[in-house]
Amino acid sequence: MPETLVFYLLAGLAIGASALVIGQRNPMYSVMLLIASFGALAGLYIQLEAPFVAVAQIIIYAGAIMVLFLFVVMLLNAPQEDAAEWDRLHPLRQPGIARFGAMLGLLLVVQLAWALIRAAEIGAPVGSRSDAAAVSSVREVGRVLFTDYMFAFEATSILILVAMVGAVVLARREDAGEAEGEER
Amino acid sequence: MIPLSDYLIVSAILFAIGTAGVFLRRNLITILLSVEIMLNAVNLTFVAFGRYLGSVDGQIIVFFVMTVAAAEAAVGLAIVIALFRHRESLNPEAFTALKW
Amino acid sequence: MFDSTFDAVVPLLCVILAALAAMGAEAFRARGERMPIGGLGIVGLAGAGVSSVLLWNRNAASFGVILADNFGLFVTLVLVVVGVLTIMFSSQVVRRDALPAGEYYALVLFAIAGMIMMATANDLLVIFLALEILSVAVYVLTGIRRDDQRATEAAFKYFLLGAFSSAFFLYGIAFTYGVAGSTRLDRVGAYLAAQSMSDSPLILMALALLLVGFAFKISAVPFHMWTPDAYEGAPAIVTGFMSTGVKAAAFAAFARVFLSAFEPFSADWAPIVWIIAALTMILGTVVGVAQSNLKRMLAYSSIAHGGYLLVGLVAANEVGKAAILFYLLAYAVTNLAAFGVIALLGSRDRGNDELRDYAGLWHTRPALAALMTVCLLSLGGLPPTVGFIGKWYIFSAAVSAGYYGLAIIGVLTSVVSVFFYLRVVVMMYMAEREVAAAMPPRVTGVSMAALAFAIFVIVYLGVMPTQVLDLASASIATIF
Repeated sequence: MPETLVFYLLAGLAIGASALVIGQRNPMYSVMLLIASFGALAGLYIQLEAPFVAVAQIIIYAGAIMVLFLFVVMLLNAPQEDAAEWDRLHPLRQPGIARFGAMLGLLLVVQLAWALIRAAEIGAPVGSRSDAAAVSSVREVGRVLFTDYMFAFEATSILILVAMVGAVVLARREDAGEAEGEER
Repeated sequence: MIPLSDYLIVSAILFAIGTAGVFLRRNLITILLSVEIMLNAVNLTFVAFGRYLGSVDGQIIVFFVMTVAAAEAAVGLAIVIALFRHRESLNPEAFTALKW
Repeated sequence: MFDSTFDAVVPLLCVILAALAAMGAEAFRARGERMPIGGLGIVGLAGAGVSSVLLWNRNAASFGVILADNFGLFVTLVLVVVGVLTIMFSSQVVRRDALPAGEYYALVLFAIAGMIMMATANDLLVIFLALEILSVAVYVLTGIRRDDQRATEAAFKYFLLGAFSSAFFLYGIAFTYGVAGSTRLDRVGAYLAAQSMSDSPLILMALALLLVGFAFKISAVPFHMWTPDAYEGAPAIVTGFMSTGVKAAAFAAFARVFLSAFEPFSADWAPIVWIIAALTMILGTVVGVAQSNLKRMLAYSSIAHGGYLLVGLVAANEVGKAAILFYLLAYAVTNLAAFGVIALLGSRDRGNDELRDYAGLWHTRPALAALMTVCLLSLGGLPPTVGFIGKWYIFSAAVSAGYYGLAIIGVLTSVVSVFFYLRVVVMMYMAEREVAAAMPPRVTGVSMAALAFAIFVIVYLGVMPTQVLDLASASIATIF
């Protein structure tokens, strides 16, 4: 079955690339691998009859957000890992906490596996309860987005505004802000 | 047809990879990338459930998650830049050129 | 009052408009010109407060996702008080530390808008978006002193764990959507009520992940690791703001999600929250005793107070539910006033937040020392302050619901915590100043007025709590 084959190929690519992202020491490679992983996910979205999400995934995630990351990586010339420095900054890297975190992560994996195996109702094929036309229409996405999700849509505009102001405040050159502040 | 559980398992694995990345990596950028992996895992869950339930809500929520991811990335990277500025002032040799 | 579709968002709109006005004012401000940008914020918050009072008892709903029921409005009013006090304390700090005023006030107001949205949201997705709005604003406020490396590091740690926990919360929403087919709390609640007999693993996963997300936000043990660092590194007034506002908003959403939508599964989550509450109270108190930095000590104290609030959530009987709201108000005013005093005593170069900086404060700044004493006594839960009444109702709720263990742990940790609050008080009155440190800076009239107001609330509600308590129980009765 070609469909199943494509699924396993894309899923394998997404998982493999993501695993390599966190296995890398050089953040540049990590960003590139993550873009590959996002591409594979976009493929999965197409299989799930969600072409609009797939396109947005490529344009927004791979295209915009990851480019932002790349830009910062190059701007900072983000060095190879400097163990002592990072350890001080990383809130979870004190030995006790890291061990606790690893335990918690393991627990999460066990829990997830248990839930997904036991939940019989989700063993059904993903398209069994609805036909593709119900979810693949971009028109329907637009209609629901601007009716049921009207308020959430407006709320994101505030979120973006806050992020914009915040990024400017934090990343602005020191001298400009300081000089202005003195006058007050 | 692929069962819903397969999609959920893929996204659970991705989520676990992201979680592990936050705990295991030391590079600030890679840690931020791990959080992005986690958010993407959740997106896959939303789209799969949406397809299964036959509603477009799942897809729409994904757009909101992408917006949130972008906002978080912008602020997170701004904080990283501010952090590096402090290091820069301490150790000017560490930063010489835009290269990797 | 207004067009009925938009009623419920009016308080929210007032705050957002004030934030936009603050941004606009900053943009058009001539260099060196002084503008009362904070005053704009107070006007907006006053508008939010007045509209909340007018909306009282009307159960207005807008867009199907914002629900201005009395519960949400009560929390909104608490948040308005938090916002007004924060802005009044900030006026001095912003000038002293040369912070960018327009951006600072805009971010504070946006954060409050996010908090109000979170407290009145009736949809998991909107709760998530509101959480992000307030979190992003507070991350930035934490690191707003870019000349201070510790503040920037605190901002990074806070950001990292905040984003991490948001992902867990979102994963919980995904599972909830998967089983219930909607993110609206009323629909989720209706679905779960019909399913209450089955123990679907997906529902339990959703429950667990949402719990983790909320526990991070209210800094409950074992998800508290970010709190001491973030609270210590941030500017004192921002710490006061986030330890009260963020906690109040997160708790409101926590209570709404778990006491309404997930109520049918309370047998599953109550024991877990029991354990978390006990651990939170114990760890917050025990580790707090050992601190020598006042901000860090109050960080642990605020962890412990989160534990007391969780006791109210576990003992969700009539008394317990009202006690949560009353305690939120009591804790918010008291803690913000305490951090306000710390902020006012700092200088641009030095936080003056070590315990020994408070030695002999009575001799140099008697008024501030006296006000700080009242705050600390209230945090410790001594009569006749509001902290005592709040704890009294929380613990009596626990007893009447049969949670004797939690009540005993609560009382014991309260007694221990009195020790470390009193240590500061003794320092202020008894000890002489060791070093000839510079005199603490002068306190402006606005900040002093804010302190006086906070102290008035603390004492007034400590002596005559009945009115507000009745209000709290009436408001929570409407939804659960």
